[in-house]
Amino acid sequence: MTAHNTLPRPASRAENVQRVVTPAGVEAWLVESHAVPLVALEFAVDGGSSQDPAGKEGLATLMGGLLDEGAGPYDSRAFHREVEDLAVHVGFGADRDQLSGHFQTLTRNLDAGFELLGLALNAPRFDADDVARVRGQIAAGIKRDANDPDAMAAKAFRQLAFPGHVYGRATRGELETIEGLERADCQALHAKLLSRKSLKVAVVGAIDAATLSKKLDALFGGWPLESRLEAVPEIEMANVGRREIVELDVPQSSFRFGRGGIGRRDPDYFAAVVVNHILGGGAFTSRFFNEVREKRGLAYSVYSQLHDFRHCAALFGGAATKNERAGETLEVVEAQCRLLGAEGPSADELDKAKKYLTGSYALRFDTSTKIASQLVRLQLDGEEPSYLDERNAKIDAVTLEHARAAGKRLLGDGRLLVSVVGKPEGIA
Amino acid sequence: MPVSSPQLTPGASASAAGGASPVSHATLANGMQIVTIPDRRTPVVTHMVWYKNGSADDPIGKSGIAHFLEHLMFKGTKLHPQGAFSNMVSELGGQENAFTGYDYTAYFQRIGKEHLRTLMRFEADRMTNLQLTDEIVYPEREVVLEERRMRVDNDPGAQLDEALQASLFAHHPYGTPIIGWNHEIEALSREDALDYYRRFYTPENAILIVAGDVEAEEVRALAEETYGKIAARAEPPLRSRPQEPPSRAERLVTLTDEKVEQPAHERIFVVPSYRTAAPGEAEALELLAHILGGGPASALYESLVGEEKLAVSVGAYYMGSALDDTRFYVFATPAEDVDLPRLDAALDKALADFQSRELPEADLRRAKTRLVADAIYARDNQVSLARWYGEALATGLGVADVQEWSDRIDAVQGSAIQDAARKWLEKKRSVTGFLLPKETAA
Repeated sequence: MTAHNTLPRPASRAENVQRVVTPAGVEAWLVESHAVPLVALEFAVDGGSSQDPAGKEGLATLMGGLLDEGAGPYDSRAFHREVEDLAVHVGFGADRDQLSGHFQTLTRNLDAGFELLGLALNAPRFDADDVARVRGQIAAGIKRDANDPDAMAAKAFRQLAFPGHVYGRATRGELETIEGLERADCQALHAKLLSRKSLKVAVVGAIDAATLSKKLDALFGGWPLESRLEAVPEIEMANVGRREIVELDVPQSSFRFGRGGIGRRDPDYFAAVVVNHILGGGAFTSRFFNEVREKRGLAYSVYSQLHDFRHCAALFGGAATKNERAGETLEVVEAQCRLLGAEGPSADELDKAKKYLTGSYALRFDTSTKIASQLVRLQLDGEEPSYLDERNAKIDAVTLEHARAAGKRLLGDGRLLVSVVGKPEGIA
Repeated sequence: MPVSSPQLTPGASASAAGGASPVSHATLANGMQIVTIPDRRTPVVTHMVWYKNGSADDPIGKSGIAHFLEHLMFKGTKLHPQGAFSNMVSELGGQENAFTGYDYTAYFQRIGKEHLRTLMRFEADRMTNLQLTDEIVYPEREVVLEERRMRVDNDPGAQLDEALQASLFAHHPYGTPIIGWNHEIEALSREDALDYYRRFYTPENAILIVAGDVEAEEVRALAEETYGKIAARAEPPLRSRPQEPPSRAERLVTLTDEKVEQPAHERIFVVPSYRTAAPGEAEALELLAHILGGGPASALYESLVGEEKLAVSVGAYYMGSALDDTRFYVFATPAEDVDLPRLDAALDKALADFQSRELPEADLRRAKTRLVADAIYARDNQVSLARWYGEALATGLGVADVQEWSDRIDAVQGSAIQDAARKWLEKKRSVTGFLLPKETAA
């Protein structure tokens, strides 16, 4: 039964999204709202750390970290002071598949704010001192995590999950690979990634389409239309069923585990989302939460999540338990995966999961920045604004049969690739 | 490590959150305060109940009880047994959590606005009807111990921070970790939790904050219907903690661990809070933290990182929302091949230089621009607004203090900031922490 509250259908979200296409052909999705005197802009381009050349891992992170460290006529110090004087927020980052940018300005500094963003994007200086400084900051971060059990578990996991593939590399690189990165490397990657080919932009706030159109052309109009990214092969998670123990003298063992997932384009995707929520996605209601934390007090944090990389669909999870009971936690996690895979969820679990997933969708849209991020995400996934109004129906349409089938596909025999860091007892 | 984020609260301009009606304040007959923060842009509400007690109110020998009780509040009542509250929130499409600070404990949910009455009914129910058994309490104590292991026992940096707080506040309970000391957590019992619950979880000791697609009258009516039915027990407990005597000795705390590959430097001063400060002083400290170390345009960053290249990063943070005298942090990551004593000496010199020279007008203006602007950005985020009002009211401030914050920041004179730096950032008022790898080169 898919009954839910009998309230009137919410107003269309898609109706609030304007597609702005500029004279130069740049497209952005705009939600115009004058309630708060600010404008938020988010964008992404394909590439990210998967485009780091071999031996230069960490370059995308470094390059992204330098875009707001001096541009055009502003050296680093002057740029930072200008950011403060205009009171804008600007930042860039790289994950495996994308380079992304985040920008906010108050309306009173709209023109100057957008100009500064344009400089950061189109005229970054990559001055040698700044390259060295940001490299040093990244290196400090790598060292900080060197013996952090959770970071180590994540590292061991990705190296085994994606052997010989760019996904097995660290997004911010290793000490040895960032050491040699210089200005020329940053310039080369900048030229390579910042193209109009895969650009996705979303803007939310106090700006109209006509004004935005001019700003967009100033920001992105000069970017090359084509891009020459290195091809990244598709990959399925490797070493499922393997357990990797990394010894570290800490009292608590940190786990990362996973197996192959189901991707967004797959007909079973929404059923998989529901199954994952039941398994370990629901913060205080999932099987993992109830069996590992509530009943047995084994862990403070235990979770699962579906992750759709561009070239791999995965199911990931994690937990942390004192060494003496580490084996017990892994047993419970694996047992729950086997059980849900074999029998599927109950009708009640399915009903409750769907209610949560549909009801909580609105919570993603309560700040301008979050809305802009959601709209960029939709564009990256190849969706139309209508998705905003259609998504809940797709969740609602998942039947018990479909959930059981998706559970079987997703969890299979329940085998997992497991990495654990600490001095775990009871694990073979 | 504290996050360097400014104390942000909405300005006094006519349209508050989301361009809607201004923030309102009321009190129920039983003493429960209500703050409504309208933001009509999306049909979502943030519903929070703050209790005016935190870890600094834990009885001696029972550190961690406030936080443990926070966990146990999810374990069920007569009417809604274990799991019922969370299942209800989840089924209605809501998200929930709770947190414990030194001076407050708060419970919150974000949900579609049409479910506000239901949330209030459930939250009012667990304010008075919590039911605990040993079978429920013991596994949750294990969960808290796992949380402590995750946050502290697995992390040398966090261990140093615990030692720093304990040294800085040798007498005041701010020196005790919120999660509690391990040996005391292990001994916490059901009776301890229920004693604490009966003392502090009363309507006169609670503050309701609702932000989002609501108006004041609607919230007040719903609150009357639910929280209003709970009888006041007495006057709210008077929180009187042993105060920290002024320090005469600068202290250095060192933690060495073979897992440390990146050394770190931290200094913490005891300074007045928004509640204990003289008029304008807390605002001066707020600006001081931002000017000294609020980002890459800050004074310490420009000198230690940019010019002298002794650090890769440096920041400062003023923890102004506190009932008693509070903390002012300065933290730095040394550059490669710079040892901590050298960085420490450079920091001393940089602070002394700052204290001795006049604050440039441009730096003052820049800092004010950022802080006042961030208060406007905050209007875009109902959760942030709710939290800031909650923190303020739970630490002895009023709604007007929050609403007038931007104006008070704007009014601070450069000389007041220099006075604050000279008076409060004295090394003898501080503890310094070194996080070191096991084998340090001579």
